[in-house]
Amino acid sequence: MNIIVCIKQVPNTTDVRIDPATNTLIRDGVESVINPFDAYAIEEAVRLRERCGGKVTAVTMGPPQAETALKEAISLGCDDAVLVSDRKFAGSDTWATSYTLAAAIRKLEGFDVILCGKQASDGDTAQVGPGISAHLDIPQVTYVKKICEINDKLAKVERMTEEGYDVLETPLPCLFTVVKEINTPRMPSMKGLMRAKAAKITKFTAADLDADPAALGLDGSPTRVVKIFTPEPRKGGEMIAGSVSDVAKELAELLKGEVI
Amino acid sequence: MDYLITEQQTMMRDLARKIAQEKIKPVAAHYDETEEFAWPIMKILADSDLFGVYIPEKYGGLGGGILDMCLVTEELSRACGGIALGYAGTGLGTLPILLHGSEEQKLKYLPDIAKGKRLAAFCLTEAEAGSDAGSIKTTARKEGDKYILNGTKQWITNAGEAEIYTVIAITDKTKGIRGASAFIVEKGTKGMEFGKKEKKMGIRASATREVIFTDCEIPAANLLSKEGMGFIVALKTLDTSRPGVAAQAVGIAQGALDHALDYARTRVQFGAPISSFQAIQHMLADMGTQLEAARALTYATARMADSGAKAMSKDSAMAKLFASDMAMKVTTDAVQILAGYGYMRDYPVEKYMRDAKITQIYEGTNQIQRNVIAANMLKEAHKN
Repeated sequence: MNIIVCIKQVPNTTDVRIDPATNTLIRDGVESVINPFDAYAIEEAVRLRERCGGKVTAVTMGPPQAETALKEAISLGCDDAVLVSDRKFAGSDTWATSYTLAAAIRKLEGFDVILCGKQASDGDTAQVGPGISAHLDIPQVTYVKKICEINDKLAKVERMTEEGYDVLETPLPCLFTVVKEINTPRMPSMKGLMRAKAAKITKFTAADLDADPAALGLDGSPTRVVKIFTPEPRKGGEMIAGSVSDVAKELAELLKGEVI
Repeated sequence: MDYLITEQQTMMRDLARKIAQEKIKPVAAHYDETEEFAWPIMKILADSDLFGVYIPEKYGGLGGGILDMCLVTEELSRACGGIALGYAGTGLGTLPILLHGSEEQKLKYLPDIAKGKRLAAFCLTEAEAGSDAGSIKTTARKEGDKYILNGTKQWITNAGEAEIYTVIAITDKTKGIRGASAFIVEKGTKGMEFGKKEKKMGIRASATREVIFTDCEIPAANLLSKEGMGFIVALKTLDTSRPGVAAQAVGIAQGALDHALDYARTRVQFGAPISSFQAIQHMLADMGTQLEAARALTYATARMADSGAKAMSKDSAMAKLFASDMAMKVTTDAVQILAGYGYMRDYPVEKYMRDAKITQIYEGTNQIQRNVIAANMLKEAHKN
């Protein structure tokens, strides 16, 4: 089984600060890590290989230093890694990113399953996974919390919902985005770390892809960021004191007044 | 301080640190309280290949040595000295095979130990034979192609949890300590049982039990080295393993110092963090300096073991003695810096003090270490 896992290098959210003047992330001196949700996708990919055999390839689009994230993916059990990197990709929104990643995946030697984290901790859009499946024209299941059964042709999975979960059957190839309930990611191993150190990362530039140059980077991105702002903190609520029946009465009156 | 360890050793230390801080630290209090054996942590250590750091690549390990074992033991002990002992105790039980096993024995046992599939334990101490290890009474009688073991080993680390036991027993009573031999006994062998789990002051996550042999038959092929070599095997094993106890002590002390530093910087009294007071600063300075001195001695001794040094009883006794006395002092001072909070079991520091105590006692009390050191010094002086 050929398994592809798409990951993103993000700033470690525990030390993210916002520049109050520009409302953008201060990235200087902030450690970069694998997007926490992608760690679950990596673990699930490795478990799928342990279950069904085959190969796991980690793919990321990003600046050259994203190679660190790919090496970490190898230390966690991925067999191969591909860095999709070019100045022409700069400024990509989720549409252009998923278009580019889909083009990179087409260059690989086929796939049965693509795994992604449900969203990235920096952008929080949850759009790139579904976007890849759309560009590749394959089915997708988002918020997967369990892969119950899988063979060459079909997979039965559980999709988490707010109330519980759906059980879905899908033909392969298919793309899954996973939630943190799916597994507990393992620690790296010494042999994995040593393999990662020696690993050669495949690099794709824009010229390596069969992609429309107009669809890449900022030019290929229909999204325009109009304004980024920090929301006003919510004001404190109104406290009602008194006996239970008085409080209930007053609350009911207030709610009636609000026309809820 | 930079000890100029290799890139691979840095990688392994960082991995052990990550596992210790992310996986062991959050559960250390739980295992201390319940006295359960931390199998989920052993599984993580196994999957991370850390059990094999000191085992040659030929037997499935990573090809490192005692320094590698010390680096891992130190980092694990920094989070929990008890859980770390599941790892370090396996090292102790493995050394007789690594140092004295035949090629066949190494091929049979080391790969599973390197993978962390099976833990090991070393069985020397008995009720009447602690510091006076020469008084052991457990016997091994040869009958055909078998040895039959009888006797009770006491306070055995990893007993019941480990699957591979290296056991010292008397094969010839007439020869005194020259009549002792070393054996490998596998858990599940008929006639091998475990006594009740001991309740201890510290290292409570570590399993300590009796190992009882009653007409326990093992194949003659399980003899390590030759008959009569039991004490040589035991002494060489302990000479090699003592830097590991020193590393455990260094780790425990470092864990306590980490807490003391954090606390001193955040605890405000008289309107200022207590770290601004010279009384606290001088305590911290002494703790840090003594700790670094012990670490330097430990690593130097481990490197000596890895260089293939023949005689290192004095040196490894010095490392164990100095590091464990240091750990007792540093952990006591850490409790003192946290004062009332340090004494409370809701805070992690008193546990480090309880865990540190054993390092002054086991693998030879510090009084025995001093005997060894002085005897060697006098012997050297006599030669010159």
